[in-house]
Amino acid sequence: MIKLFSVKEKQKKEAAAANGLSKAVKQSAGELRLQKDISELNLGKGVSLTFPEGKDKLLTFEITIRPDEGTYKSGAFTFSFNISTSYPHDAPKVKCKTKVYHPNIDLEGNVCLNILREDWKPVLSINSVIYGLQFLFLDPNPEDPLNKEAAEMLQSNPRQFEHSVQMAIMRGSSIGTSYFPPCRG
Amino acid sequence: MDEDERWRDLDMLLMRPGNITGPGFDPGPECRECLRDQVHVLCVGAGGLGCELLKDLALSGFGQIDVIDMDTIDVSNLNRQFLFRMKDVGKPKAEVAAERVMARVAGVAVTPHFCRIEDKPLDFYEQFHVIILGLDSLEARRFMNQVACSFLEFDAEGKPDLASVKPVVDGGTEGFKGHARVILPGVTPCFDCTLWLFPPQTKFPLCTLAETPRSPAHCIEYAHLIQWYAERPGEAFDADTEEHLRWVFEKAAARAAHYGIQGVTWQLTGGVVKNIIPAIASTNAIIAAACTLEALKLVTMCSSGLNNYLMYVGTEGVYTHTVAYERDAACPMCSAGVPFRVRPSDTLQQVLDALVADKALGAKLSAPSVSYGAENLYMRGPLEEATRSNLARAIGELVDGDGSVVQVNDRGLAAPLRVKLCFVDSMER
Repeated sequence: MIKLFSVKEKQKKEAAAANGLSKAVKQSAGELRLQKDISELNLGKGVSLTFPEGKDKLLTFEITIRPDEGTYKSGAFTFSFNISTSYPHDAPKVKCKTKVYHPNIDLEGNVCLNILREDWKPVLSINSVIYGLQFLFLDPNPEDPLNKEAAEMLQSNPRQFEHSVQMAIMRGSSIGTSYFPPCRG
Repeated sequence: MDEDERWRDLDMLLMRPGNITGPGFDPGPECRECLRDQVHVLCVGAGGLGCELLKDLALSGFGQIDVIDMDTIDVSNLNRQFLFRMKDVGKPKAEVAAERVMARVAGVAVTPHFCRIEDKPLDFYEQFHVIILGLDSLEARRFMNQVACSFLEFDAEGKPDLASVKPVVDGGTEGFKGHARVILPGVTPCFDCTLWLFPPQTKFPLCTLAETPRSPAHCIEYAHLIQWYAERPGEAFDADTEEHLRWVFEKAAARAAHYGIQGVTWQLTGGVVKNIIPAIASTNAIIAAACTLEALKLVTMCSSGLNNYLMYVGTEGVYTHTVAYERDAACPMCSAGVPFRVRPSDTLQQVLDALVADKALGAKLSAPSVSYGAENLYMRGPLEEATRSNLARAIGELVDGDGSVVQVNDRGLAAPLRVKLCFVDSMER
């Protein structure tokens, strides 16, 4: 079998050289799958996406969500997405770059969304993650908080919570011990 | 020891005909010479499996071996990575392993490569007749699979060109369990054909880590994922830096004490953060032996090879089971691509229209997007505007030439569809 390999290989190389085609390592399956996800992305109203490294570098991008109703109305919240080459076996790594007072987002930008961790499945897509993030702004969940202070205020005094969040979005303000810069979108 | 005495056991396999030999097996002394002088094998990884593999390959008569590994030797490796000694701690695994094997086995040339597998060009991998993997991550395996599949070519009927098949033997161990598999891209399933074999890693919800930790692993993950970024902002966490791991361990221990949780240990911290499962030396030895034997069969055909996946469970005895997994006909890595005739002068828009109008392909396509390698030629969705100008360009300018394979995406397709563009004269089609 080895003899067969080597003879044919030689012919092959000569043929390839004549062809002038040089080979490169294929793309990872993760990148291929991401092409599918991005080409089928249906960004609804209030969602925008940018590729800082250009249209052919899909593994890092930013999504900005501008809720048009609810507590976070009028704000603009940017999330960085980092996709590994093992996508979709591994979930996208998502961080919130905008400082926000939210029960499920901490001050370092960690996001507590089940489909980003324990409930991630390869059939989910970038679209599902964006829906999940939009949902976090429409229905913040104080039951399983990442920012405990925010969760407690939302539970004990929802009106004050909404007011504080709106103040922070519009003009920037301190809530508790932290300052939240304005993020009007 | 004279040469014949030395290779007595190998000669049992290579000098005698038999009923279960592979196609084209030609017993005789040339087999051994070929193995020593002509066959070039690459061992990827010089860790627990890698040490066993290198020893097995050298003792099985492989004369030219290359080994690639990006790691240096740690003191915790020494219990099973038997090519290394205390004085080697801190040195590159590949270099020490190569030196040791050559010192112990006469007549074998082992060439070390102390670098990442991604740092080597495709040409480097092309020179090897067989690539044998002793890796510990899915990511590295998928990369090597990508490399092997990059050589693959198909003939006009969509049959794999055997000269372009780069055989890969993959070994893997986890505690008392292991696997050995033979991947002949285009012939047997590649890694991505059977990706579902790998279970997802267990991940804890962030809010549990933050608010309701119940186990020592929860405390360690909290220190690793949340406290690190909060208390050492801007600093990248590196699990291989002892000070970083020590920091996580101390923070986790403090948190565990606060919640009255027992069991945060230094070892568990490493285990959780690096996702380590204790390595068992005997499992490595068994799996490496199975892999080496498959490599020997592939290059000599002294026996028909493993078809195509062997699992081993050593928890209650020595249990093995062999399964013939099947290829995924639409695998994005190793499938042939559906041939599709185009004129090089056709614009991308004309090609897209022709795809949708095609009797077979068109059934699943309504609004296709097309990429060529990493280059997105035309994308629906948010990149539509950025790629629209390509629609008016000739396909012959956008791809490398006849036989180029593009990926077509469409909501009607479950996975990217590989389409092989066959260039025809402007008169036909």
